Amino acid sequence: MLSSLKKKMTIRSRDRILGGFTALNSSTISQKRYKHFFLGVLITSAIIVFSLPFINFSSNETKTFHKIDLNLIANLPKVKLKANNEETSPTDTKCTHWDCFNIYRCGHTGHERIAVYVYPLARYVDENGASATPQVSKEYYDLINAIVNSKYYTANPEEACLFIPFIDTLNEDQLNVNLTWRALNQLPMWSNGENHLIFNMISGKSPILSTQLGKALVAGADFDTYTIRKKYDISIPVFSPVAKFAYINNTSHFRNIKVVSSQINIDLYFMDELRNLNKKFNDQILLLDQCNEKGYQKRCEVNTENQFRYPQILKKSTFCLVFRGQRMGQFVLLEAMASNCLPVIIMDGHVMPFEDIIDWKRIAIFIMESHLHTLMDVVNGISENKIEEMKKCLLAIYDRYFSSIEKIALNSLEIIQDRVFPHLARSYDELNMLPSEINYNPLHFPTTAPRSLGFTALILTYDRIQSLFTLIQRLSKVPSLMKIVVVWNNQKKDPPPMSQFPKIQKSINVIKTKANKLSNRFYPYKEIETEAVLHIDDDIVMLTSDEVEFAYEVWREFPDRIVGFPSRTHLWDNVTNSWKYESEWLNEISMVLTGAAFLHKYWSYLYTYSLPSNVKNWVDDNMNCEDIAMNFLVANMTNKPPIKVTPRKKFKCPECINNEMLSADIGHMVARSQCVDRFAKIFGRMPLKSVEFRADPVLFKDAFPEKLKRFNDIGSL
Amino acid sequence: MQAKRRYLLVFVVAFLTIWYFGGYHFRHKSSVPFDSSQLPSYINLDNIQTGFTIDRNRYVTQNDAKALCRMETCFDFSKCEKNFKVYVYPQEENSTPSPSYVKLLNVLLESRYYTSDPKEACLFVLSIDTLDRDHLSNDYVRNLQSKIQRLPYWNDGLNHVIFNLYSGTWPNYTENNLDFDYGKAILAKASMSDDHIRTGFDISIPLFHKIHPEKGGDPGSNSANSYPLEKTYLLGFKGKRYVHGIGSDTRNSLYHLHNQNDIIMVTTCKHGKSWKDMKDERCEEDNQEYDRYDYETLLQNSTFCLVPRGRRLGSFRFLETLQASCIPVLLSNGWNLPFAEVIDWYKAVIWADERLLLQVPHMIRSIPHSKILELRQQTQVLWDRYFSSIEKIVYTTLEILRDRLPKNLKRDGTVWNYFPGALVTLPNFSDSLENFPFHVESKKNKFTAVIYCQLGIPLTPTSTLFRLVTYISRSKNVSKILIVWSNDKRPPSRNRWPNVPVHIHLHIILTENNMDGKSSISQRFYPHKEIETDTVLSLDEDTILTTEEIDFAFVVWKQFPDRIVGYPGRSHYWDDSKSTWGYTSKWTNDYSIVLTGAAFYHRYYNYLYTEWLSPLLHKTVEQSQNCEDILMNFLVSHVTRRPPLKITQRKQYKQQPTIGSWSPWNDPDHFIQRQTCLNTFAAVFGYMPLLRSNLRLDPVLFKDSVSNKRKKYRKIELVGS
Repeated sequence: MLSSLKKKMTIRSRDRILGGFTALNSSTISQKRYKHFFLGVLITSAIIVFSLPFINFSSNETKTFHKIDLNLIANLPKVKLKANNEETSPTDTKCTHWDCFNIYRCGHTGHERIAVYVYPLARYVDENGASATPQVSKEYYDLINAIVNSKYYTANPEEACLFIPFIDTLNEDQLNVNLTWRALNQLPMWSNGENHLIFNMISGKSPILSTQLGKALVAGADFDTYTIRKKYDISIPVFSPVAKFAYINNTSHFRNIKVVSSQINIDLYFMDELRNLNKKFNDQILLLDQCNEKGYQKRCEVNTENQFRYPQILKKSTFCLVFRGQRMGQFVLLEAMASNCLPVIIMDGHVMPFEDIIDWKRIAIFIMESHLHTLMDVVNGISENKIEEMKKCLLAIYDRYFSSIEKIALNSLEIIQDRVFPHLARSYDELNMLPSEINYNPLHFPTTAPRSLGFTALILTYDRIQSLFTLIQRLSKVPSLMKIVVVWNNQKKDPPPMSQFPKIQKSINVIKTKANKLSNRFYPYKEIETEAVLHIDDDIVMLTSDEVEFAYEVWREFPDRIVGFPSRTHLWDNVTNSWKYESEWLNEISMVLTGAAFLHKYWSYLYTYSLPSNVKNWVDDNMNCEDIAMNFLVANMTNKPPIKVTPRKKFKCPECINNEMLSADIGHMVARSQCVDRFAKIFGRMPLKSVEFRADPVLFKDAFPEKLKRFNDIGSL
Repeated sequence: MQAKRRYLLVFVVAFLTIWYFGGYHFRHKSSVPFDSSQLPSYINLDNIQTGFTIDRNRYVTQNDAKALCRMETCFDFSKCEKNFKVYVYPQEENSTPSPSYVKLLNVLLESRYYTSDPKEACLFVLSIDTLDRDHLSNDYVRNLQSKIQRLPYWNDGLNHVIFNLYSGTWPNYTENNLDFDYGKAILAKASMSDDHIRTGFDISIPLFHKIHPEKGGDPGSNSANSYPLEKTYLLGFKGKRYVHGIGSDTRNSLYHLHNQNDIIMVTTCKHGKSWKDMKDERCEEDNQEYDRYDYETLLQNSTFCLVPRGRRLGSFRFLETLQASCIPVLLSNGWNLPFAEVIDWYKAVIWADERLLLQVPHMIRSIPHSKILELRQQTQVLWDRYFSSIEKIVYTTLEILRDRLPKNLKRDGTVWNYFPGALVTLPNFSDSLENFPFHVESKKNKFTAVIYCQLGIPLTPTSTLFRLVTYISRSKNVSKILIVWSNDKRPPSRNRWPNVPVHIHLHIILTENNMDGKSSISQRFYPHKEIETDTVLSLDEDTILTTEEIDFAFVVWKQFPDRIVGYPGRSHYWDDSKSTWGYTSKWTNDYSIVLTGAAFYHRYYNYLYTEWLSPLLHKTVEQSQNCEDILMNFLVSHVTRRPPLKITQRKQYKQQPTIGSWSPWNDPDHFIQRQTCLNTFAAVFGYMPLLRSNLRLDPVLFKDSVSNKRKKYRKIELVGS
């Protein structure tokens, strides 16, 4: 209806334009005519403006594409199967992603994302007008709905990479398989199932749907290692509509049963083994089966006939058994997972759901069918710690991938997305690990940084030229120094010409900044070519060459930490209930200030590009706490404390007059405490860690000939 | 008239506005979501049955066992119930395997997996070289089929592991053609494809070079983590192309990517004698360009390295790029990457698609610097942990198999993909990672002091041992004092020991004598069940250590639970004149060993020391009754790749023996013996794992000229060197 209206509008607007032109051609000098003309132009332009969005689409050569309308579900348009239509051809069992999946269909959308097309809603009827496809189920509707509303959906079959038929194939028992094949074959883009995805949770008896699907990918729940086409088909779980009744979202739920077997009618061999085990292990296993009166949500204990509500009973058990039945996929799997009961999988050769991306070893126990007798030994051999870890993972994995049909659908698409754009594929850590488990330290490989690269000294200065020159002079004597970068933070004054700088062997770069910001010291200047950066204030002129070189040696052994001289501590103030900054000389340190410290250049990048903006702005607005922010940033990523080097503690140079120095102010300390407290709130935790040690040279203060000490000029305080 | 027109105009505009917005509204209204709960569920649970009698043996048929083997059907687990041991068939006379296979067998024979008794073996490995099954190759062993049939325990390959690098031959290079029937044997094979690998049964191994080291192995070349990484080339490849035949398409089209600037793709048609017969029109030009670049230089100076398939899916290049910490960009569709069963390669490589070759440059240019840093570091983790030597490749294969055993606790991806890796994380120690030392910080607040009494010095209130026990018992953090009494004398009776507070248990373990009637020195590192804390304070009976020193060292250790943290530092050095490793206890500016006479370490290392080290190493220690502490340092440095940590000034940690009295430490032989040990250990490890450190750790206010009252550790300053 809407589109026909638009067409009319387009025609009308074109008429008006033409009309305008005719008016122009046949114009007379008459004023009325002019008015007519202007009115015409006005109305025409109004119409054009209003119908612009439609004109744009309809006057273009390309077709308009509309999101499929899922409301049609109440009244599905009928599509008749063509009389001479054949069934789909047999499934190509040799298919792999590399030869059957048409990769050239993907990537036409301009973003690196698979585009998924869903066929229009329809009810297929055969020659006699009888339904060829079953009524759409709630689950399939939800599945399609999730896909249509996902970022992967496209209404345009031309740019689509993956196609999903609107034929509910979830439960094969409700299908007329032969007619379904014919319906599939009639899909306009079918072409032997290429890039088509068929969802199938309950597989049927002969004829089996999945035997005649050409090259279509199957997201099925009944795969074993022989039937699945590796890295092509997708193993999905059988969705259980009642799993939600057993859902628990914490791992501390009390469980008084060790193992429960709750499947109905399990194989007699399994049942016998379980009975034997139960005798031997003093009734640690709760054996359930169907009650006399039928009903899925009731289970009765074998022998005693005690009745339990199902799946709620699973919440009482630590381990839940999942046996192979006639089909591979079992409802109990999701029911157990929902109840945070660790699944024990006794299904030889079963391909676990989403096995491509999920590490099931972390959340389930696997026992071979022939080793069922070892069940209790295995289960009792698992430590309490491990059970807790597994339960936490299970909860996270269930919530993320299994808890609804939408998640199952979207995760299937994401697996295909990862195959089509493998360079963007998610890694094991993202897919399986809890955020608390992931090591975010970007420099995690344990290594001692090579000495030969040396370090770059980065001096932030404003206008203390004398002090700057002294510092440059002193630093130039440090053997591992490669280069000095002076960051000139004074916009009112130009730095002195290079000719006035001290003549040293190493190169000096002067960088003028655009604004006097403290964050400028952490900008990753391209002039810094080494990993190690010595951040140093222009008034820190008391450090000896040995001290700096030694600090560099220490940094090499801890390249992911802040290694330096001025140390501080954070303390919890019980009176104000807030974090406090402490510069007293205590027995602990938790921060090393960047007035004289070695840092990996990576941290400068991170500070500049990834520091929470409210932290960064606060630093720049208040001209304070950039060093505290850096300590927070590094500690937050690495979970490691900084390292203080040698006894040096006094850094106020005697010749400097204090009125220029930021840290002289008493109010300054209050402000710094506020920083610590504020940052802890922004980071959501206190990442700083305290340690009671510092690093000294091995022979420091030893009664040993000074000449033989590599670092003998180590000052005190 | 005018008014009419104006009304008309207003009317039209109003109509249009209503139509426009109304239509909009109408469209919005139409998208009120349909409530799907009106629909029936896809399944009526009350009508289904979850189980039936099942045909348990549906897959095992004798004929196609080879293709359908799974662990459940083609493996006899009963052989592995007691132990996980590997039997290697004795070498047949007048047959010499290829150097690579000799190395592989050596590794097995020297390993802790090895057994000479086929009855207790879980796995069997052939002594006949099966690495190269290309019958055009020199190392091809003829009549393998009949040789194998003659093997006493072959049994259609049950529980056998066949190592193979090359299968198939020109022109088809059929992957599963090994030119003999391997039956139910597990293939540990290079260049496997997803298609042919028997799921959960075969193991894909990397293709390694003839010169791949047997043990040890070079570290990766990524010692620097420059950020952003700025290398001369973005993507590099230099290699042969075959012009015709299987797998040649990809390499033949590489020249499209070559831009002589940051993407260097150079190929040569020269290989074999008759390459000229096969050459195409590009060959001349390609060969010229090929000679302009050096393979090694390209490898070292590229951020990414292309690893395209050759005739087979895998190539030597894969390991070479890993070692060079050049991120592999794979163009080898369908390749099942080495150990993909346990290793997540997405963390270390970039997968490309041979069909989308031309998109490779765009693809890798879009990878952010931070991801490059991650990928590079992971290449190093994987190279260093699983690939740098044949030993590691073989051990990884065996450990994957061990994880499949029914009762064995399984290591998950977090163990395999994170440093220090699965080879040194033994699941039988604990199933929870919390109990391993590889956590940033240990939260446990107690330690067990283990005093090793080798001399049996009489216990008097003035003796060192008496004082040591007293000092230990004053520490707040000690939970137990364990005396490992390992000498001929009888241990002192209970009442002669100093009084310790009731909450500290004093426990004496008498070591059992070994066959020579001497008690074994390895007892000091035995994982005694009495050690219940994560932390072990290891001491000698004549160690001098104050309570404060113990407490401070413990505080430091908690920050470095994976290292040895203690007082007596020693060094190793390379003696160029003798071409051997030297050992020194002199005061030097650095150290690489912290002796276990006064050191904290994690109890897991006791387990590793006893269960994991090669029998050869244990033998060396047993024979010399010495060097166990050096071996422990080797072990920990090998696992962590970090040096130990020395605490404060103390160097003298033992009572100076009175002149004339005997002590093993002042025996000159003792020192020479240690030097020999050092060299034996380095040989068995295949490299020198010890690493040097230039720093020691002191309390924050150590010897600072501030009031003593401020200092937490005051007495530690009085100790001196």
